[in-house]
Amino acid sequence: MFLLKNLTQIDGVSGNEEKVREYIKKEIEAVVDEIKVDKVGNLIAYKKGTGSKFKLLLSAHMDEVGFIVTGYSEDGMVKFRPVGGIDQRVLPGKRVLIGDKGVKGVIGCKPIHLQEKDERDKTIKIKSMYIDIGCDKRDEAEKLAGLGEYIAFDSKYTELGPDCVKAKALDDRAGCAIIMELLKNRYEFDLYASFTVQEEIGLRGSEVVGYQINPDVAFVIEGTTCSDVPGAKEHEYSTELGKGPVITVMDRTAYADKELVNFIYDTARKHKIDVQFKKTATGGNDAGKIQRSRCGVKVASISVPCRYIHSPSSVMSMKDYEGCKRLMEAVLTELESNNDYSLKILNGGNCNV
Amino acid sequence: MFETIKKLAGSFGVSGSEEQIREVIKNEIEGKVDEIKVDALGNLIAVKKGSGKKIMVAAHMDEIGVMATYIDEKGFIRFSNIGWVWQYFALGQRVMFKNGTVGAVFFEQKLKEIKNLKLSNMYIDIGAKSREEAEKKVKIGDTACFAGDTVMEGTMVISKALDDRSGCAVMVKTIQDMPDTDNEIYFVFTVQEELGLRGAKTSAFGIMPDIAIALDVTDTGDTPECELMEVKCGGGPAIKIKDRSFIAHPEVRRLMEESAKKIGIPYQFEIMEQGGTDAGAIHVTGGGVPSGAISIPCRYVHSPVETADITDIENCVKLLRQCLKDA
Repeated sequence: MFLLKNLTQIDGVSGNEEKVREYIKKEIEAVVDEIKVDKVGNLIAYKKGTGSKFKLLLSAHMDEVGFIVTGYSEDGMVKFRPVGGIDQRVLPGKRVLIGDKGVKGVIGCKPIHLQEKDERDKTIKIKSMYIDIGCDKRDEAEKLAGLGEYIAFDSKYTELGPDCVKAKALDDRAGCAIIMELLKNRYEFDLYASFTVQEEIGLRGSEVVGYQINPDVAFVIEGTTCSDVPGAKEHEYSTELGKGPVITVMDRTAYADKELVNFIYDTARKHKIDVQFKKTATGGNDAGKIQRSRCGVKVASISVPCRYIHSPSSVMSMKDYEGCKRLMEAVLTELESNNDYSLKILNGGNCNV
Repeated sequence: MFETIKKLAGSFGVSGSEEQIREVIKNEIEGKVDEIKVDALGNLIAVKKGSGKKIMVAAHMDEIGVMATYIDEKGFIRFSNIGWVWQYFALGQRVMFKNGTVGAVFFEQKLKEIKNLKLSNMYIDIGAKSREEAEKKVKIGDTACFAGDTVMEGTMVISKALDDRSGCAVMVKTIQDMPDTDNEIYFVFTVQEELGLRGAKTSAFGIMPDIAIALDVTDTGDTPECELMEVKCGGGPAIKIKDRSFIAHPEVRRLMEESAKKIGIPYQFEIMEQGGTDAGAIHVTGGGVPSGAISIPCRYVHSPVETADITDIENCVKLLRQCLKDA
């Protein structure tokens, strides 16, 4: 899986997606008809359809959660704040890379033997953590890790067990990789692909993508939470690893088009691909912004479950990844031949402006 | 008026699943307007053509509810909320799925203190004996609304979903007796308001109106030991000054006040500390749309026993008709 491996080894903390963008651009340039980078940094590719009946958008975000350098202590430690939603309990002891130079550091905090009893029982706050980059003076640290530099988790792509992989940024490089593979095909409809920026800090890139492309229908491909782990009750599992790609009915940002959800589910059944529905309605993704751009867009989200999402060590099943890719291939192919649903897409799309 | 409210409030239409209520409304207004369309998100847009100002009138047809997220091996259904559902309002209630399946909402009995009640430790019992039996009626992703009749006591209507089927009823009544005006009017029955004014945003973009008026319910300050608020049931339509989603445009507010004075109906002003309405999304569309809202005073909003005075609702129709002529 070289695509996924390469993508998860690149750093692209929200607002600093250049390296991911360059990689994707280089890989897909040859197979698409047009490619451009918009003003906020989204990468948008276009592949003309053989029939051009409607415009279909595939979207995944390039950015990942991370941190930003916010200050220094006099003894050369780097102070930082999170970029995107991060569980601060997973941080102490983790390795990070700072900025384009990739300055190595580790996240530190007050050691356990110096903590008072009540401190030990409480979660250590990000505010009281720091990054140790091996400097002992403020000005040395400032030179190595400039103010405002991005900070990414330092984590290797590793295969686990028979089917799983561990990496950072599977959310949403998994989606990027799947779309890159789908772009090899040409369809009857006009195909757009957007690799968006700044999803993790408020779905920002996708807001302008929806407006620019004005698609008739859009699919957001995501890495999503997976909570099938000890300590969680079965009814609290959002998704389960190894049970196939995930269809989201609703989350905090979007209520997927119901007919589209049914169409995806029926396609999965027809092609004997395991699928699961996300059992929680929390979280959100680019679908929310795309759905509400201009006169509205029919959207659905298809995701790959990722345990320990937003941490340096997310775990994903390659079976789910492959299932997600196969499902999307099947859905796009069915959309060409299934005129009933294609007509519905067209009928809903009459915008006055 | 009561019959219209009863018909609309009794229909199913949890946010994102507005198919049924949309059909009911469509049947009520068919033939009374120049054009009816449904857009990509499912908004129902009824147009009365004209050469004057383009006015958008919006009431949301969705209602709050719950969504099945997990079915256990004994057939009990776990759920999450669609829109703001207070766990204490849901406790001990009946909910109804779109296919008519009714379930009882209850909580895990080992919960010692009621203050720890959360939707995640509650469930819906549809009388199924097993997961298989339950799945014949309800599948994951299906939504349910509160169940119950719409009744009238004195002048007060008690029902689920007066938020915002009472606003829809005002629009339906206005359409059925269309005011005589040159203005081009877009009556929009919006979707997914309870999830964040979503349908209003996309429909407003398509219309790009000159003026917008939202019709929705507002909280009141007329019940025992409640929060202070200058709105009461029976005091007439509430002309909105502000809520959490927008501040009414002064010209639209003045139009409403003058129209109310002209026809001699009681009215009141509304400042709502919590909550918002469709105008919040409409007024920042395109280059901006001067927007206001006419609110129906309603007690116990988002509960199964929302309570409003029918004379207020009737006066809202009069006020809206006059506004559309005067604008």
